[in-house]
Amino acid sequence: MNRFTVEVLVTPRPGLLDPQGKAIHHALASLGYDSVEDVRVGRAIYLDIEAGSAAEATERVEDACRKLLANPVTEDFRVTAAEPACGAVR
Amino acid sequence: MNVAVITFPGSNCDQDCFRSVELAGGSPRYVWHREQSLGDADAVIVPGGFAHGDYLRPGAIARFSPIMGAVIAFARDGGLVVGICNGFQVLCEAGLLPGALLRNESMRFQSHDCALRVERSGTPFTRDYRKGRVIRMPLSHADGNYYADPETLAALEATGRVVFRYSDARGTVSAEANPNGSLNHIAGIVNADGNVLGMMPHPDRAIEEALGSVDGLPLFTSLVGSGAGTAAHTEVA
Repeated sequence: MNRFTVEVLVTPRPGLLDPQGKAIHHALASLGYDSVEDVRVGRAIYLDIEAGSAAEATERVEDACRKLLANPVTEDFRVTAAEPACGAVR
Repeated sequence: MNVAVITFPGSNCDQDCFRSVELAGGSPRYVWHREQSLGDADAVIVPGGFAHGDYLRPGAIARFSPIMGAVIAFARDGGLVVGICNGFQVLCEAGLLPGALLRNESMRFQSHDCALRVERSGTPFTRDYRKGRVIRMPLSHADGNYYADPETLAALEATGRVVFRYSDARGTVSAEANPNGSLNHIAGIVNADGNVLGMMPHPDRAIEEALGSVDGLPLFTSLVGSGAGTAAHTEVA
C-alpha cells in the first residue's frame, strides 16, 4: 500500500450563478485587470489516502465526491492522485 | 401530536421550534442528532442554525448524522417533515427535496423581515392559511438562493409544489422583493408526495406578538392539526 495525496477540485456547474466569482471579477476589473473575462470560485480539498494504486485512490475519492464532497445538483468535481514528492512508501 | 425537533451541534432554532409546537397545541420533544430513532413522533422538524458549522456546504455533513437515516425513512413512509432555513438545506442535501440552496446573490448574510405570498393552502403545513395571503416573518441566512435545474423547476411549478414565494407587502413578486436571488422567487417547496416541506424564512420566529408577528403560527397549528389522531381536520382545503 502506498500513500497518495489526492486533490479534489470542486467547481460550480458552468452556467450556474457564481456570486463569489462575480464579486472577484469586479474587484479584478477595478484593479485594471481588464482582460479577465470570467472568474469562477470553487474549493480544493486534499486527502491523504492509503491505496494500492493511484487509480484505486482516485476511484475511492470519486465515490466520496458523489456522496459528500460535491453537491451533484450544483457542482462538478475533478480528482487527481499523486504520490508524495518525497516518495514516502511504507 | 408528538413532534420531534432534531438538534444538531450548531442548531440554534431548536428552542424556537419547540415553543412553536407547544403554542400550536402539540407535544414537542428534542431528538439529538446522535440518536437513531424518532420514537413515537408523528412529525419531524429540522430546525435552523449552522449544523456542524455549515462546513463543506450547509447541511452536507448534517445529512449524514445518525438520526437522518430515521428521518429519511420516516419521510419515505409519508411522515410529515418540516425543514426551516438550515433544515431546508439539510433536507435538500438528504435528497428529500429537490434542488439546492446557493449563496445569496448579494453575497451578504441577509437578516430581516420578509413578506411571503402563500401559494398553496391545501398542504398539511398550510391548511390554516388562506391561499394568496401575504404573511410576514424574519429570514436569516447566507445561502438561501434556491436553485433547481430547468426540468425540476418546471415540474415544481406544474404540480403546484411552490408553497411560499417572496413578495412585497401587497403580494406582488419582483426582483426587489427577492432577498437572495432564488429562482422564481421560491421561499418554500414541498416534495412530490406533499409530506415534506422546506422553507428558508422563519415561521418559528413569528409566533408571538412580542416577536413582531404571529404569521408563522398557522404553519404549526396546521402541522399539529394534521396528526393521525385528528382525522376530522385532514380535509384538504
